[in-house]
Amino acid sequence: MKYTAEHEWLRAEGDEIVVGITKHASEQLGDVVFIELPEEGREVEANEEIVVIESVKAASDITAPVAGVITTVNGDLADNPGDVNEDPMKAWFFRMKPASMDALEEFMDEAAYAELIG
Amino acid sequence: MAQTLRQTGLHDLHVAQGARMVPFAGWEMPVQYPMGVMAEHLHTREKAGLFDVSHMGQVLVHPQSGNLADAALALEGVIAADILSLPEGRQRYGLFTNDAGGILDDLMFANRGDHYLLVVNAACADQDIAILQAVPGVEITAVTDRGLLALQGPLAVEVLSRLVPEVAEMRFMDSRALTWNHAELWISRSGYTGEDGFEISIPDALLVEFAQALLSCAEVALIGLGARDSLRLEAGMPLYGHDMDATVSPAAAGLGWAVSKARRTGGSREGGFPGASVVLPELATGAETVRRGLRPQGRAPIREGVEIFALPEGGTPIGSVSSGGFGPSIGGPVAMARIPAEIEEGATLYAELRGKRLPVTVTPLPFITPSYKR
Repeated sequence: MKYTAEHEWLRAEGDEIVVGITKHASEQLGDVVFIELPEEGREVEANEEIVVIESVKAASDITAPVAGVITTVNGDLADNPGDVNEDPMKAWFFRMKPASMDALEEFMDEAAYAELIG
Repeated sequence: MAQTLRQTGLHDLHVAQGARMVPFAGWEMPVQYPMGVMAEHLHTREKAGLFDVSHMGQVLVHPQSGNLADAALALEGVIAADILSLPEGRQRYGLFTNDAGGILDDLMFANRGDHYLLVVNAACADQDIAILQAVPGVEITAVTDRGLLALQGPLAVEVLSRLVPEVAEMRFMDSRALTWNHAELWISRSGYTGEDGFEISIPDALLVEFAQALLSCAEVALIGLGARDSLRLEAGMPLYGHDMDATVSPAAAGLGWAVSKARRTGGSREGGFPGASVVLPELATGAETVRRGLRPQGRAPIREGVEIFALPEGGTPIGSVSSGGFGPSIGGPVAMARIPAEIEEGATLYAELRGKRLPVTVTPLPFITPSYKR
């Protein structure tokens, strides 16, 4: 498991990565009420804003951690946005096929992320 | 440069309860507690929510002559409301206006026998006090040694009656001085959530003790400003600085009703407040734009500043959202916007969110049915 400075978790599965947000991020956001997911098959750049998360308080974006193609989105999440608060490590947003799996290496491991959020 | 934020008498209690504190109108205030905005909102609608609103301005207005009617008439020179006819022990809503007919602040005023108690918005308190100090024939006292709590929700009366039994007899918008623990509480049956409830002014020395006494009741939970905003939004209540401001007239804000008959054209004390020459004709003819409810047809919340269009594409905006978000009791997004008056309820308009036009339905306010005890 890897972590971005934008509080996403990334899990490698074969030649794909699964992306969600951390417990810390879900706590900061508060109650999530709406999620807008990208279209499957979309080609994205690294750091491109591709998911909108609306909490009771405000809207925020999450970005594509690396360049690649969105292969699958979690449609259940659009119907049950509260799952992000219930179990953020389980509530994945999308799977993507990165242009290169090596890009994953630059992200934080669990210990480094724990240090980031203090 | 960082400004020093003021703290209410309950600051330490909020922190101890795990509140997330944020700057708000010059004060450090709790936006939410560990329960979260959604649960706090629903708790208030189902049971009783306790809000610290000590940041709001409390002001006493005494007549120099000793005759309360003199103070009423003097205040009517700066507030577009019927103050003279308000009976002792009653409270009313009113508006400070400017010469252009815009709203400078909204307030509650209560007749307390020999003086009035005004409650004004925190962000506007300094301005309002300056306006009041210029009113001839009245003595203005800013109340600096009291906190203000709001207890809101269907069980509020049952809970507060355990501490102050007399509140059970109060009607909506009654205002009374009642005793608790040898302290004088100024209590009104009113609020800003669409629920039955009370607003309670308490001497600072007993503020924590009184809040603790309420919190020791199983029905009561502390509720932050986040849920206060979603509750008032569902109740269709305008928020100063958002749904109204110095550029918005009473009619456009949907608050024409606050300018009572006596102060309107043909009334017994017609006009006489700032901007009356603009406000009164507009109340007769109707404003060009009015505050209306919007229900997005999808699930994405539309928030303040989102532009509203008549058409699914093209054209220029016909208005913008003045308050919007998610309504936990509604279970979906709700918003208010000022739009052209001729647009009828039930009409579909379009909110442009992140470059997409999303359909919204023009909806009567409030979004929920209020449950005041009349």
